[in-house]
Amino acid sequence: MGSWILLILVVVIIGWMIAAYNGLISLKNQTLNAFKQIDVQLKRRHDLIPNLVNAVRGAMDFEKSTLEAVIQARNQAVKINAGGPENIKQISQAENQLSSALSRLLVTVERYPDLKATGNVAQLQEELTSTENRIAFARQLYNDTATQYNTKQQQFPTSFVAGLAKAQAAELWELEDQADKAVPQVDLSGRLPPTPAPPRLEGERR
Amino acid sequence: MSDETTLNLFQQQETNRRRTVLLVVGFVLFFAWLGFGGDFILHLYTADAPPESYHHGFPWIGILLGTIGIATAWYAYKTGPEKVLWSTGAWELITPQDDKQRQLVNVVEEMAIAAGVPRPRIYIVPDPDPNAFATGTDPNNSHIAVTQGLLDLCSREELQGVIGHELGHVKNYDVRLMTTLAAMVGAVLLIHTGISRMLRGGVRIGGGSGGGGGGGGKGGKKLGQLALVLLVVWVITWILAPIITQLLAIAVSRKREYLADAMGAQFTRNPLALASALQKIEGAEAPTSSIQRGAAHLCIADPLGRSINQHEGAFANLFGTHPPMAMRIARLKGMGYAQLKKEGGFVA
Repeated sequence: MGSWILLILVVVIIGWMIAAYNGLISLKNQTLNAFKQIDVQLKRRHDLIPNLVNAVRGAMDFEKSTLEAVIQARNQAVKINAGGPENIKQISQAENQLSSALSRLLVTVERYPDLKATGNVAQLQEELTSTENRIAFARQLYNDTATQYNTKQQQFPTSFVAGLAKAQAAELWELEDQADKAVPQVDLSGRLPPTPAPPRLEGERR
Repeated sequence: MSDETTLNLFQQQETNRRRTVLLVVGFVLFFAWLGFGGDFILHLYTADAPPESYHHGFPWIGILLGTIGIATAWYAYKTGPEKVLWSTGAWELITPQDDKQRQLVNVVEEMAIAAGVPRPRIYIVPDPDPNAFATGTDPNNSHIAVTQGLLDLCSREELQGVIGHELGHVKNYDVRLMTTLAAMVGAVLLIHTGISRMLRGGVRIGGGSGGGGGGGGKGGKKLGQLALVLLVVWVITWILAPIITQLLAIAVSRKREYLADAMGAQFTRNPLALASALQKIEGAEAPTSSIQRGAAHLCIADPLGRSINQHEGAFANLFGTHPPMAMRIARLKGMGYAQLKKEGGFVA
């Protein structure tokens, strides 16, 4: 009778170990997948920007410098990305600069309510908002998954199996230097903006 | 308002998951008792019978009930999702035609990224009342439908909140869970109705139990009494079974709604947006006529506008498929304030 109980106990423990090991492997791969997803969204943004900017160039001719800044930041980001995934700090910086340039563009569009009426510009706003959201959510998913993975590794009793599964703590995506944490300053000094269209009165028809 | 309005979104999720597990375990045990309980009683009853007569060893009652339940569930979730979509008149959105539709596609994509699930197929229900639901057996085969009314009513952030809630359902396999529970409830109801019909038809079952209860001789007297008591309890549970199983299934449905709220809040990190969307949906008086009773429990807000889903209190807590809207909004606001407090902000 006693040997039966022992046998059942051993089977249960081994079963648990297998389940815990597989759980850790699954989370590790999910974390890796989430990390790659961020890359996918960044590349999507690189591909999208030239088309979007060209579509609104006509309507926003007076804001040439803002548009040019966006294109330049995008080209810079593409160049640094092509250098390989090792220089992650530089990639991160370039992408953040691109985000700043895009925020400046969006802020500029907000100053001209009439501009939004032009079909392409409204679409530009929506696409840019969606792109920035997707990058943000991809990073969020990575952080959430990495946190889940780290917690699972550290919790008792899964921590015993963690060594076997070669589980290592995943780094969370954080803003790297203080400069990035600062809100981007929109610098409009030295350029006189063209006169905006006369303000629209309430109830005035188009 | 209970203490649960002060929990943050991760704690909410844990609470709801734990409660669902308890409820589902209770459901399965109850179901098992209905089947295998009968077997056990029959086993006790025939244990002392003379060797040549029938000894109930093999638990065929339990297995029969289990098989009917599994077969109903399998059928329901092979055909269920498509039927629900078709019954509401929803059409699939493939190429967005206007700004709102483009926005919807983008929002669903964003939320799918945040949730870590593949992008579901998008449907629009041509109904002016705001509502949304999700169907599909697993994240790889899921569908999300929103009404035209929801598109017209909500801002981008509120739409994000609603879609996040629906993707929470998708990620949690809620449709699979609810379909399985509903199928098991159906199986119990089927057998219950069948037996009632048989009894009314005059077929006597267990007619010998009164006379033969003491059979098996003096040695078996104690065992006979136990079997009799269990038999009475078992028959009573069968009489009450339809209502008990329905109550359990509905309780699970409510907990999953709270859980989906919390998961939507996690995906968007913006619980106040979902709270605002729910307030808007609540404010739009009319029930959603396109969505029939069968799909009601899958929606974000009760499409039938049933008053029971708006009240709190013991009766509504038992019978409502959706938690009261006021409670959902309160919990979401609690999550929002917990977040604000952590970040050091203040309520606008």
